[in-house]
Amino acid sequence: MAALRKLEFDGLIVGGGGAGLRAALELAQSGLQTAVISKVFPTRSHTVSAQGGITCAIASEDPDDDWRWHMYDTVKGSDYIGDQDAIEYMCSEGPQAVFELEHMGLPFSRTESGRIYQRPFGGQSKDYGKGGQAARTCAAADRTGHALLHTLYQANVKSGATFLNEWFAVDLVKNQDGAVAGVIAIEIETGDVVYVASRATVLATGGAGRIYASTTNALMNTGDGVGMALRAGFPVQDIEMWQFHPTGIAGAGVLVTEGCRGEGGYLINKDGERFMERYAPTAKDLAGRDVVARSMIIEILEGRGCGEAGDHVLLKLDHLGETVLNSRLPGILELSRTFAHADPVRQPIPVVPTCHYMMGGIPTQVRGQALTQDEAGQDQAIEGLYAAGEAACVSVHGANRLGGNSLLDLIVFGRAAGLHIEQAVRQGISRREASESDLEAAFARLARWNASSSGESVAALKRELQNCMQASFGVFRTEEHMRKGIETLKGLRERINRAHLPDKSNAFNTARLEALELDNLFEVAYATAIAAEARRESRGAHAREDHQQRDDENWLCHSLYFPDDERVAKRTVNFQPATVPVFEPMERKY
Amino acid sequence: MQVSVYRYDPDVDEAPEMRDMSIELPEGKELMVLDLLERLKEQDPSLSYRRSCREGVCGSDGINMNGLNGLACITPVSQVAKRGKLTLRPLPGLPVIRDLVVDMSQFFDQFEKVRPYLINDQPPPAQERLQSPEERAELDGLYECILCGCCSTACPSFWWNPDKFVGPAGLLQAYRFLADSRDTASAERLRDLEDPFSVFRCRGIMNCVNVCPKGLNPTRAIGKIRGLLVKQGT
Repeated sequence: MAALRKLEFDGLIVGGGGAGLRAALELAQSGLQTAVISKVFPTRSHTVSAQGGITCAIASEDPDDDWRWHMYDTVKGSDYIGDQDAIEYMCSEGPQAVFELEHMGLPFSRTESGRIYQRPFGGQSKDYGKGGQAARTCAAADRTGHALLHTLYQANVKSGATFLNEWFAVDLVKNQDGAVAGVIAIEIETGDVVYVASRATVLATGGAGRIYASTTNALMNTGDGVGMALRAGFPVQDIEMWQFHPTGIAGAGVLVTEGCRGEGGYLINKDGERFMERYAPTAKDLAGRDVVARSMIIEILEGRGCGEAGDHVLLKLDHLGETVLNSRLPGILELSRTFAHADPVRQPIPVVPTCHYMMGGIPTQVRGQALTQDEAGQDQAIEGLYAAGEAACVSVHGANRLGGNSLLDLIVFGRAAGLHIEQAVRQGISRREASESDLEAAFARLARWNASSSGESVAALKRELQNCMQASFGVFRTEEHMRKGIETLKGLRERINRAHLPDKSNAFNTARLEALELDNLFEVAYATAIAAEARRESRGAHAREDHQQRDDENWLCHSLYFPDDERVAKRTVNFQPATVPVFEPMERKY
Repeated sequence: MQVSVYRYDPDVDEAPEMRDMSIELPEGKELMVLDLLERLKEQDPSLSYRRSCREGVCGSDGINMNGLNGLACITPVSQVAKRGKLTLRPLPGLPVIRDLVVDMSQFFDQFEKVRPYLINDQPPPAQERLQSPEERAELDGLYECILCGCCSTACPSFWWNPDKFVGPAGLLQAYRFLADSRDTASAERLRDLEDPFSVFRCRGIMNCVNVCPKGLNPTRAIGKIRGLLVKQGT
């Protein structure tokens, strides 16, 4: 192997979205040599598309609000497989993290008293579910993710982290001790391949919604970090749990925020009926996302869908009036006019449940260090590897994420990872060496694509993968369809391994990136399929027609998928919060 | 339909050239220019461009379509194609890396020059800093910028002096912080902008307003900065 360019840092963050930038800020401010690798300029990251807000008990709309109520809602929303120590940490640390963002300049919408504006979101309650609907989601109009991401980037400009923008991380470098020593990355502009070594590597690469044909996710959400972890032999947790957002614009997949329903919008079927009253008599349109999405699919399957094909329902907003829509939901007006040709001031928006969020991911400790299991099934920290945000599974979302909790997850656990790494570096963790053969292993698949001389195209294989996932691992799942799906995926693995990259050029070669992304999509899709088939119950977003009940006896646990032997193990859910009594599993009703 | 695309690969091409590609458009389905590019890339995977969110918020896919800068993902083909023909070029005025991908370093250097972050010399309170809805409304039309570069690369003054004129995108950001009731660095910010180039190279051509895919008005923001500079000078 030719001499390889090498860069060295104390902390390396892969991914320039909300979690990555928050971790980077923490590290750069502490004076450590910090670098962010991002395959796009950071403000292009998918956090920018988050709309409705960041849920947190800052007690602006309700002076009596309490983070414990938020914790209760989140535990219930997770269908009881969210880790209670992690949820406790997120909900209690949240206000501080949100105020920090405000101090950095985030342009939150405001109340008359000048505090941060909060709106109601799904699954929110006061007084542990007994006090009615809460309004706990802090918002910057309906562009909260955009405002948050730009604010974090601005703060990083001020703090002086090194940005390796438009660099693509290919694979983890793992040494003979099983520790992570950095990554192999491509500088996209030149095509140069570089070994970026670091004492600690944080995977903050976001989700992988593009494994499905219909998704709200950006084109680049290809699960790169999860793919890298799986190829390195590390497990993923609860990867069968995929959230389908109730309101993606039919046909286009573009997200319409839950904030629309928070502001008073509601769903109707072809008879004009507000059908959620039947499925969730109390919370109605603001029930958990999994509940609303399933109800919509049932309406459509039972023939009450709208449009010529009866394949969607409608989101009605016109009764809110133009003034409210212009001030609270300006971005939605724009998106609906562009992608649905419907002006919400006058017409309802055609919507359909659309893949939105990966609850599962790389299992981590509360402070961000990635985990695997030893031979006795005990948690074992992975040296040098951390994860945060959607790529991670800490786990605060369990089987179903509440709206507004993802942005909170990013900043709370991005910050936590930064703090932990800072501490570890100060205590003097050694730099892990990688041998020539360790580096060669990390190069293997890049070398495979570069040597390919014939075979099928990346675009066609990706489409097949997405269609397979959509057909067999969607909102409702059955054994029979999943088995077929797994067989299809097995065939696809062989074909992807023989696929062709026709363009071998160096400068800004996006064809090569798409090929590398296809590998990542495949890894995530396959892990999803195996874990979904294994979990023989219905819980949160995982709804099986052949096992319709939740099975706490056998499945009140995390699933852990190990790539090397395609095995699904179980991992204990944390029921030991430090400062509050545990929330015991109950029937989940809205 | 005929699409003429600017092609350049620095490893093999001595000079850029316009290359014609043809493509069948589906009946009865509206395509955005980005959808068209994705289909062209299936024909020829070597075609390079940036893209991500495909909904007009990430700012990746600013390109020049039949002479007008805009975002490919929210521009319907029918809106820009003329007589069944569409010409796609990279954003003008910046060095081309490959095909439709430009080097945006100059653009981001100007962005960073205005110190695009909140400066407040007081220690932060335990909670949020208060801001009235009226004060917050001053930021509307400013904070929504997505840094796509469509405005600055449509600006003749920026083409001439990309190293010295901050350009419409950078100046919109500069005013976003001048207008923020929480920022205490107005005097320093204005001092950084009072030279003959940073702001005063704006000639009020207003191409920036015409092309902004988010409907923002950098010219108005520049006018406000000029107003503040005049006020400070007197």
